[in-house]
Amino acid sequence: MTQFTAPPSPFPALRLRDLHKSYKDVRAVDGLDLEVAIGECFGLLGPNGAGKTTTIEICEGLNQPDAGVVEVLGLTWVKNADQLRRRIGVSLQETQFAEKLTVEETIGLFRSFYGTGPTIEKLLTQVQLADKRRGRVGQLSGGQRQRLALAIALVGEPELLFLDEPTTGLDPQSRRQLWELIAGFRSEGRTVILTTHYMEEAERLCDRVAIVDRGRMIALGTPRELISDLGAEQVIEVAVAEDNGAAQIVAVAGVVQAGVAGALDTRVEGSVLSLRVERLHQSLPSLLDVLRRERVQIEELRTHAPTLEDVFVALTGRHLRDE
Amino acid sequence: MSSLPRPGLRALILVRFREFFREPEAVFWVYVFPILLATGLGIAFRSQPAERVAVGWAEWTTARRDLLAALEGDSSFVVTRFADSTSAAGALRNGRVALLVLPATDSIRYRLDDTRPEAAAGRLRVDDALQRAAGRGDPVATGSQIVRERGSRYIDFLLPGLLGMNLMGSGIWGSGFAIVDARKKKLLKRLAATPMSRSDYLASFLLAQLVLLVLEVGSILTFGVLAFGVPVRGSLGTLLLVSAIGSLAFGGLGLLAAARPRTIEGASGLMNFIMLPMWVLSGVFFSASRFPGVIQPLIRALPLTALVDALRAVMLEGASLAGVGAELLVLAVWLALSFALALRLFRWQ
Repeated sequence: MTQFTAPPSPFPALRLRDLHKSYKDVRAVDGLDLEVAIGECFGLLGPNGAGKTTTIEICEGLNQPDAGVVEVLGLTWVKNADQLRRRIGVSLQETQFAEKLTVEETIGLFRSFYGTGPTIEKLLTQVQLADKRRGRVGQLSGGQRQRLALAIALVGEPELLFLDEPTTGLDPQSRRQLWELIAGFRSEGRTVILTTHYMEEAERLCDRVAIVDRGRMIALGTPRELISDLGAEQVIEVAVAEDNGAAQIVAVAGVVQAGVAGALDTRVEGSVLSLRVERLHQSLPSLLDVLRRERVQIEELRTHAPTLEDVFVALTGRHLRDE
Repeated sequence: MSSLPRPGLRALILVRFREFFREPEAVFWVYVFPILLATGLGIAFRSQPAERVAVGWAEWTTARRDLLAALEGDSSFVVTRFADSTSAAGALRNGRVALLVLPATDSIRYRLDDTRPEAAAGRLRVDDALQRAAGRGDPVATGSQIVRERGSRYIDFLLPGLLGMNLMGSGIWGSGFAIVDARKKKLLKRLAATPMSRSDYLASFLLAQLVLLVLEVGSILTFGVLAFGVPVRGSLGTLLLVSAIGSLAFGGLGLLAAARPRTIEGASGLMNFIMLPMWVLSGVFFSASRFPGVIQPLIRALPLTALVDALRAVMLEGASLAGVGAELLVLAVWLALSFALALRLFRWQ
């Protein structure tokens, strides 16, 4: 895979300034500022209801902001809607294409709206649906449907791709197949902006990530930066025996936070204690000592390198999604 | 992709055909159902000559044999002789005879149930025949000229009505459902993110409908002509043009009904609401002139009334295009208003 180097551009692929959008009593987007460079793969990461879809649909021209600046490829939807529609590619969350049409016919329909672009043949090969070309859309699996959606996003040879949760609801194998495809778009020189609530997806694909929650951006950077900003080398999770009781586990957490060497913070989630630590070899023996002294029964103990999920938990006290 | 203009519009129209013909139910309702309906109604209301009257003759009285011979010699009657009053009463009761003649030497009595329409009518005809046979003369000479022309039967009146109703149904349902379904599946939103011309999208439904219409009108008309000998006195071209403008007007109403609803249920209620008054008022099954004069202007303004009137004028009276100009104008106004309004109100999300 050759790394694409973008020619110097006078404008960013996307610029949002103080974006606001409310529905009735919900502030879906509450003052968002964002800049995505040409050639970048950028991820909007956040839980369901964080305002990701509203934000991306405003960028796609499908939704109107209440206030704020939206510039896509240096253009605005107010003045240059027709030109923008020709230059961007879109994959919406959960679009169902007509079930009675074949894969080939569906791509052909969308292809007919654009003056230039790749052949249907090329698109089918690119998304690995050549053997399904005459199959009805209604017969496709979830992964195949998502790949069809990607082929349709590419019909106009777009400079900028918006992908809203491209892998939600797919099995791990289909997801990996889509990741390869999306990584391919980026190396073809396209700018990709995607939303996801899978931190693994963001870490895998994105040059930079914005973490959004309740319509606001709470962190921005490369996945590496965000994780290292956490200041933690390791995360320790201890599942405690149920009979310890909720009140007692909170008390134990207090003792752990005070007594374990190098503990940055300690959280309780159900019957699990979660510690972010700088050095595992210092903190782990000390943690075990404290737990033994407090007579806490350990059901399970795990450690892992921190992920964007831990970043999100550290920033909001909540998980990206409830599993 | 192609050197022909408007590849997007052409691709959209092609999709309409594919979706329609891959939906067996749609094909049934548009092509098969109206033919079944016309067959049923055509048979039920077929025109028949007046039936012969079944008459019973009380033979046990032995009086007026001369009149019995006259009655039996008249082909309008089927005469049954009864030798005893019990069997005669039985035949009268179960309707095998419409009335019983009880002759006496100088008078005749009829026995009948006057609540039976065939009995009352039969009495008049039997009495007339007997009086003549007994020597009554007519003070004025009268005669009938029988006109049993193609074009004045119920089926001739009905078929253009059914054709109009079918064009309304296929026009309104045809585009409406497909659009609401696409909205529900977020396909409309996805299309709105492409450079597709939005009026092309709506127009594709109307244009596809025009092609399907040739088949629809053709099949109903062919059936009517072959099975019932329904006349087509005007030119076929005029008939198609009237059908086309009518179909477009209903297509426009279908687009309007589908402009905003997010669910099939919502759209279906709205479409029925649009169609119901026309089913009742527009003179599909009986003449719209039976409604009171106050609401006639309203009835005349309905698109189905205009279409059915124009179809009847062309088929039954051989009207020219100019002859149905007023009706076509009504339809054109409905088309223009509904299409413009639909495009304005249309919800793409």
